[in-house]
Amino acid sequence: MTTDTKVQSKGSAGEFFGKIIRNQLFIPIVALTLLVIFNLISDPGFFKIALEPSSTGNLILSGNLITIIDNASELVILAIGMTLVTSASGGQDISVGATIAIAGSTVLRIVKGYAPDIPGSQFAGMIIVSFLLCVVVSALFGAFNGALVAFFKIQPMVATLILFTAGRSIAAWINNNDNISINDKRFGYFGNFIPGIPVPTPVFITIFCIIVIALVLKFTNLRLYSQSVGINASSSRLNGINPKMIKLLTFVILGVCVAVCGFIKVSRTSSITYSVIANNIEMDAILAVALGGNNLGGGKFNLTSSVLGAYVIQFLTTTLYKFKEIDSSSISAYKAVVVILLIIISSPFVRKLIEDFKNKREAAKAEAAVGKEKA
Amino acid sequence: MSVNTNALGSNKLKRRASLTDTNLLLIITIAVFIVMYICAVLFLKKGFTKPQMFFNILNENASLLVLSCGMTLVMITGGIDISVGQVTSLVCMACAVHLEKNGGNVFTSILLALGIGLAFGIVQGFLVAYMEFQPFIVTLAGLFFAKGMTTIVCSDRVPVTYEPFVKLCRTEITIPFLGSVNKKGIYVPAYVEVGVIVALIVVVVLFCLLRWTKLGRNFYAVGGNNQSANMLGINVKLTKFLAHVLCGLCAGIGGYLFFLHACSGSPLHAQGAEMNAIASSIIGGTLLSGGVGNIAGTLFGVLSLSTIKMIVTSLGLEDAWWTNITVGVMLCIFLLVQSVILARKNNKK
Repeated sequence: MTTDTKVQSKGSAGEFFGKIIRNQLFIPIVALTLLVIFNLISDPGFFKIALEPSSTGNLILSGNLITIIDNASELVILAIGMTLVTSASGGQDISVGATIAIAGSTVLRIVKGYAPDIPGSQFAGMIIVSFLLCVVVSALFGAFNGALVAFFKIQPMVATLILFTAGRSIAAWINNNDNISINDKRFGYFGNFIPGIPVPTPVFITIFCIIVIALVLKFTNLRLYSQSVGINASSSRLNGINPKMIKLLTFVILGVCVAVCGFIKVSRTSSITYSVIANNIEMDAILAVALGGNNLGGGKFNLTSSVLGAYVIQFLTTTLYKFKEIDSSSISAYKAVVVILLIIISSPFVRKLIEDFKNKREAAKAEAAVGKEKA
Repeated sequence: MSVNTNALGSNKLKRRASLTDTNLLLIITIAVFIVMYICAVLFLKKGFTKPQMFFNILNENASLLVLSCGMTLVMITGGIDISVGQVTSLVCMACAVHLEKNGGNVFTSILLALGIGLAFGIVQGFLVAYMEFQPFIVTLAGLFFAKGMTTIVCSDRVPVTYEPFVKLCRTEITIPFLGSVNKKGIYVPAYVEVGVIVALIVVVVLFCLLRWTKLGRNFYAVGGNNQSANMLGINVKLTKFLAHVLCGLCAGIGGYLFFLHACSGSPLHAQGAEMNAIASSIIGGTLLSGGVGNIAGTLFGVLSLSTIKMIVTSLGLEDAWWTNITVGVMLCIFLLVQSVILARKNNKK
């Protein structure tokens, strides 16, 4: 009797762990925990958060954790759009970095025309106009990518290769390759701090974006539709979903996400460098999606784990920057090693190996038990 | 006798049928290149009338040519390798440091370059073929790794002053009967660099490999349909693995050719070369879905791409952005043509 219950409880515990391991959130959370533990050991003061006066005299929060959450904003917003695109079209958009340059350039094109000390209401109007225009422009570029993918059936990575090559040049062309820097301090509020609020503004923008996308997914059929299109486009067409429009829509949504990122990016520095802005961010965004355990071949997705994945990537980057002897440009080598390890751990191949091993052990146990009974 | 004629007839039929897809893309590419070059000669005149202009295109793009050929192989099997550009950069840096600081000679530096390329090819090929990871993700990690390693080896530009190597860099092989008269009225024969000869040899070898060997035909079979290739008894995993290894080797060779041309190592070398290689392959008629492609097409893809760049620079639009925009537009047009052709092919079925 007692042994019976024991076996049962053990079984349920095993099931419980199995469930956890199979959960999509498992990998990003484990990676995050490992990073936290590593940082705690190497530098106990890593998570110190302080309220200090900044160079402009306002009280702001400072600390590594704040830096991570602040710098991850763009990546998180991009990861949201990238997850949707991955889900619906089974491919990734590699032009996001270049489109961010275009969006940022569009914003600056409008803002640079104004005098630095216009009154508040006029300034707000200008910001709204420039933001709307940048959203429209990026959405159009997103639609261009989406049309190539949806209507011409070109693989997403190849279709976006066009903008990847031409995007930064278009961004430079929008502003005649001028070096623009905005002197108005208020323009920097969106990428840094609003006086009086100690939390960086991009964090609020990110939270806002996450809430909006969560509401959209809750109250519309977007999740269902994009997943079904990603899993089987022709059968979802037979069920009355228009796969082309869904694919186009996800690319447009990604375009809007890119516009927000571009706006934050140019606001952070109040200037733009066409060849450097948001460099390699497309790789990070794709990695965030992959790290979140989403199938890069399309289909089911989990936005929460993508967002967590984005934070993990940024955490990793910041952790690597902490080592003074590591050159900022050689960081990618270390990142690559970590990423390969994570992908190997999360791969279906290794999981299958583990499960096979488990099954074999159980089979051996059962055989041994049978042998004992016979004896 | 009658059997013989029958076979001949079916052969002809086959030829006509195959013209619709693979060869059509190839013919379009060649036509575009020739039309573009003739237009350049007619309207721009400046340098394009001289034969040297054509050989300069080859001189500057020998490394890209080899990289694109490797890329074509992988793309035919349905994969992709985006690490080649950074591997090129790593090879340049490693060889430069090897020659300058570690006292190596030319022969060992060549071995080093091939070794680096092979190492990347083998590791990535193993992960893609046997561990079944997505090629994009694996080679993305490879790209990151190579990029970081380049700066770890050395973060500054390393010019090479090692005497025998510089001599090799400067070697110019003159082409008989082609040349032009310069401003002073002296006849200057056209020349190519050593790298071009190597690149052309690689092109010919890979062309023969794809055309007439079992392995080459296996590449097409695996790319065309994974499962049916498997059922035909082709070792799909090994074939994919070998494609990546060959691509890695090409990256090594291409890296060394870039090194020969630049005569220095720098973390900024070959930035974005992988995208140029993919673009040339696509323009040359390789389908990304796999199964269709041709090394000859890739050769003309590289030539078209570099001719566009040459034309844009000689038009006086020296700002780099015009090159990128024209390349983007051209890529777009070729992709659309490809997609239309594919759609027609599917409709026929």
